[in-house]
Amino acid sequence: MCGTCGCGAHHTHEHEHEHGHAHHPGADSVVIQVEQDILSRNNLLAERNRGYFEALGIFCLNLMSSPGSGKTTLLEATIRRLKEKKALYVIEGDQQTSNDADRVAALGVPVFQVNTGTGCHLDAAMVNHAVKHLGPAHGSVLFIENVGNLVCPALFDLGEAAKVVIVSTTEGDDKPLKYPHIFCEASVCVINKIDLQPYLDTDVATLRENALKANPALQVFEVSAAKGDGMEAWCDWISSPAS
Amino acid sequence: MHELSIAEGIVSLAEEQARNRRAARIEEVELEIGCLAGVEPGALDFALESAVKGTLLAGARLVRRYIPGEGKCTDCEAVFPLRSLPAPCPACGSWWVAVTRGKELRVKSVVVSFEKETAPGTEQ
Repeated sequence: MCGTCGCGAHHTHEHEHEHGHAHHPGADSVVIQVEQDILSRNNLLAERNRGYFEALGIFCLNLMSSPGSGKTTLLEATIRRLKEKKALYVIEGDQQTSNDADRVAALGVPVFQVNTGTGCHLDAAMVNHAVKHLGPAHGSVLFIENVGNLVCPALFDLGEAAKVVIVSTTEGDDKPLKYPHIFCEASVCVINKIDLQPYLDTDVATLRENALKANPALQVFEVSAAKGDGMEAWCDWISSPAS
Repeated sequence: MHELSIAEGIVSLAEEQARNRRAARIEEVELEIGCLAGVEPGALDFALESAVKGTLLAGARLVRRYIPGEGKCTDCEAVFPLRSLPAPCPACGSWWVAVTRGKELRVKSVVVSFEKETAPGTEQ
């Protein structure tokens, strides 16, 4: 049964008239109207993850950025500030090595490393698998550090409560205009390495402006994860019940 | 190269349809790809080439329909073509623009075919 016009699936000729191109179906072929999102399988699994997180009151953040923007350093600085207040868990996504997981584990936080091999992003299935290993507690915060990549992770819902895009001053202030998709998908933007501004041509105000051009609804935090500037506001946002 | 994941998604959706109908082959897959979906057509073609190998889609025609981007200003409600992101509203200059079209990534239809009836005793 065709979902578009209600005809029987064997009436292939009826479909031919509707399309801008000829299907040329033979006598033994059938046109099936599918109308399905290519990412539907990932999106369904992401919603399962989301439902699990909501039921257990787990606040899940998907941290996305280019390699080298300071995701892991931000995570370490955040963990140091929050670990006495909240139960924290981390899923680390990298193509190779467990370097980042080792850094997080050294802080005494349960961590699961996903190595994607040649894969350029985490997907909902990888997160689902990782969550089963981690078993995050009720009311905890789960950080997912995505593969360092400012393009591909934008398309893949993991079931997080918020997508956080991290951009550092060393990347230049036009990154949000060059890679707008990830800024459009995120709801929070962390501008990192603000302490380096005096040594760079990057202007933090312009960087913020450009991020807000890509997505005016972004909540923006300016921090130096290494030096501690702005970390309080960022950590308050994570631990506040309103978030 | 997230296009490889997209290509694998296309193969799995199309094969699922074919298996549900017990079809022998997939002759054609019709795709709708929004111009603002973040998928590079060349990279997708390249990914599909390898993703269809050894599947029911091998040899299938791939029909791609590209959907142009369209935005709506949430301040002045102007509707306008969006060629790339981000772009301000051409009427009032606001950056509060909602993408109303052009983010589609869909398998629209699949044409499958069946083996001719060759049950024992029916051949002439």
